[in-house]
Amino acid sequence: MRTRRPATAQLGLDSGQLLLICAAGMLTVAGIAHTAARGLTDPRVAIGFGALIAAGELARLTMPGNREVAPVSTAASLGYALLLDVGGRPAGHSALEVVAVMSVGMIAGGLPHLAVGRPPRLDAMARRLLAGSLLAFAYRPLTGSLEATARDTGAGHGNWWPALGVMAVLVTVMLAADVVIAAMLRANQVRTAFGVAVRDEIRMAAPLGAAVAASGILLALASHSMDMTALPAFAAPLLVTQVAFRKYAGIRATYLQTVRALSRVTEVGGYVEPGHSRRVSRLSVGVGRELGMSEPQLLELEYAALMHDIGQLSLRDPIPGGATVLADADQARRIAGLGAEVIRKTGVLHGVAEIVRRQCDTLGESPPMASRIIRATNAYDDLVGASTDRDRAAAALERLRLDGGSAYDPGVVEALARVVDRLVLVTRL
Amino acid sequence: MRELPWPARVYFAALVGTAGVVIARGLLARHGLTPEDWSTLLVLALLFLLCESVPTLLSVPNVAVSVSFSAALAAVVLVGPEGAALVGLAAVVSARPGLPLVKRLFNGAQYALCGYAAGWAYESAGGVPGLPEPADFPGVLVPYAAATAAFVAMNFALTAVILRLAAMVHRDQVSLRVMVQFLSSYVGFATFGLLIAALWSTVQSISAVLVLLPLFVARWALGHYHAEQRAYDATIAALCQAVETKDYYTRGHCTRVSAASSMIAEEIGMSTERLRAIRYAGMLHDVGKLGVPTKVLQKEGRLTEEEYAAIQLHPMRGLEIVRGIDFLDEAFAGIMHHHERHDGKGYPMGLAGSEIPEFARIIAVADAFDSMTSDRSYRKAKPIEVAVAELRKNAGTQFDPDMVVRFVRALDRHGWQPAQPAPVPPDDAVETTAKDHDDPTTPIQVVSER
Repeated sequence: MRTRRPATAQLGLDSGQLLLICAAGMLTVAGIAHTAARGLTDPRVAIGFGALIAAGELARLTMPGNREVAPVSTAASLGYALLLDVGGRPAGHSALEVVAVMSVGMIAGGLPHLAVGRPPRLDAMARRLLAGSLLAFAYRPLTGSLEATARDTGAGHGNWWPALGVMAVLVTVMLAADVVIAAMLRANQVRTAFGVAVRDEIRMAAPLGAAVAASGILLALASHSMDMTALPAFAAPLLVTQVAFRKYAGIRATYLQTVRALSRVTEVGGYVEPGHSRRVSRLSVGVGRELGMSEPQLLELEYAALMHDIGQLSLRDPIPGGATVLADADQARRIAGLGAEVIRKTGVLHGVAEIVRRQCDTLGESPPMASRIIRATNAYDDLVGASTDRDRAAAALERLRLDGGSAYDPGVVEALARVVDRLVLVTRL
Repeated sequence: MRELPWPARVYFAALVGTAGVVIARGLLARHGLTPEDWSTLLVLALLFLLCESVPTLLSVPNVAVSVSFSAALAAVVLVGPEGAALVGLAAVVSARPGLPLVKRLFNGAQYALCGYAAGWAYESAGGVPGLPEPADFPGVLVPYAAATAAFVAMNFALTAVILRLAAMVHRDQVSLRVMVQFLSSYVGFATFGLLIAALWSTVQSISAVLVLLPLFVARWALGHYHAEQRAYDATIAALCQAVETKDYYTRGHCTRVSAASSMIAEEIGMSTERLRAIRYAGMLHDVGKLGVPTKVLQKEGRLTEEEYAAIQLHPMRGLEIVRGIDFLDEAFAGIMHHHERHDGKGYPMGLAGSEIPEFARIIAVADAFDSMTSDRSYRKAKPIEVAVAELRKNAGTQFDPDMVVRFVRALDRHGWQPAQPAPVPPDDAVETTAKDHDDPTTPIQVVSER
């Protein structure tokens, strides 16, 4: 299994992640110590929710962009944090008890993964734990009064509307905080702007977050009406959601893998140097991030970069060395057109086809940003290849700069210089 | 209505009549419904309509399960048989466009009867309609399960009868697997109905929102999943065709091999997951051919051993390309070994008989068949009968005899759309190969260098 994480992540955890994991670790210790000293308020309930959290953790999944989520676990944590009563018996557990149940459940659910050699993503687990704890600390102190309002009296059913309102508001705040934390980590990790990262995280988290929030509240309410029967019954709607998201994440990952794999046909056919498409796509995505592109844009850019040479398949004889930078402008244009034609045949990747078609346009024709990026990174890789020599990299960048803004966008070239600088540093270390 | 056969019309009238009687009797004879019941019913009926208008909330293939079912079951618990019948009746005013009045009436009557039957089963099994209390759980599960079973059975029977009478469907069109999916999704939706009913005492109609929100999100994700899946299939086909443009005569070969392979796989009765994998394996089996130098493919006459070795390498090259695609898994073996022969004289490994992976044995047959039934630069396409005879002749030496038998059976059943006759290639910029490595009738001649 090859690693697909960006080069920066391979060095280990960055400072933000470490801070997060330390905070979660201390919280876990405090929660477990407190609970061990005081004992569980209601062992049956705690064990039920803990088991559900563990099961959810076992069924965690990876969303596009290498984001680990565990919807059932998160919803169960929310449910336990929001719990007012179980079948009419008030639930008096404290926030630290919530933390303890969550962390024990998460560790228990993570162990089988560890046993089959899938190490835990500590940062993702820490985020889940912190988000749930945040909610517990905000909400548990209010439970006394909310429970009193909601309690059934002899006269009739209690009033649940204040509790529902508080739950909805706090869960929304919690999800927002989680998005901000995630965006901060991501901005640091893949070096993108914070604003862009926030928008990306919201786009990814909103649908699943809504489902998880609704299920968490549902669980807390259902525990009142249905006692412990709520636990298995509640899992049904969320399980459907989980299955749907797993399928979606699976096809997204497969799609990317396939385009990455099939982009190599040009290499096997001897049209381009080995590894060319992958290097161009990696550089392009780096430059795109540097220039503040959002994730959907980056995905299109990556596909276009991987397939930018696909038009060469229609050539009778490979260009020497596959270097399109050395081919004459008309031929390069023709190849770009042929490639775009191939991609357009998919009937779906129209944006990608357009990027590929315009990859040889001069700046005067104002091509899209993605095309400019591919033009510059492609030229750079044709000149440098797999070499990591600093001087050679500097010479290639100098050549792109000397062009003086007719073929290569100066902004793109500067961004490329920064990306190359980082890559060279990483490979040196 | 007029185009329906008379038994269907009689049945239709009887159904609508019974539903009318049941509802009227329920409303008049019993103690009647309280204003609170009416407001509950109104919300549930709206919910029912909302779900009815989004029928394929969970688009399990071939099954249009409607979540409206859970609203009707919630009404069984909260109000009783009459309430459930009234909620079911709401199907008459469904917002689904283009629904003729006959169908609306049928749906309304059908759901009303199902709801009533479910309510009757609920009460018979000891359930008492009304707001469920915490103490009722988990005891209420038994009558609830009875109500669910009654609803599903009634719904199934009523619908099946009209479909049979109107001759719109034959029995063998509904397979067992589809039935199992159908029933399991019903069990899932029943749970939602129970949740809605259970939460009614606390937050009333909001409970429906809380239950349905995850479902709508799931629907959203599934929609995206299906879109991505279609895009994926289109992309893989387009890229494979791009690889083929290098050779004028093999255009469309990959899609046809993919189709023929899945015909054989279906005949064997492979699972859906493996069927998918073999479709891709058939599609991708020759991507490695790009690594064979064009001059070798275009060379007339005998090949040197070195040139033949270059051809023999293409399955490995193909594997090298697709190895990064995790889910293909079993397809890898199919791509790598599709030129092995049953007698062990194939390449690249010289495997024989059952050593050859199943996928590879299937693709070998499909591959040779399409090659023979397509035009080549050195010959015209052979008729299907001739190609089949050739497959039979080579069964046991080149091909797995079992796969050949299955393929012939599949051909008899589904027929085959052979490649379009290729027009004479235009002169400019088109490559034609002098030989096809897939063609069993003209094996590649190799010069012995010793």
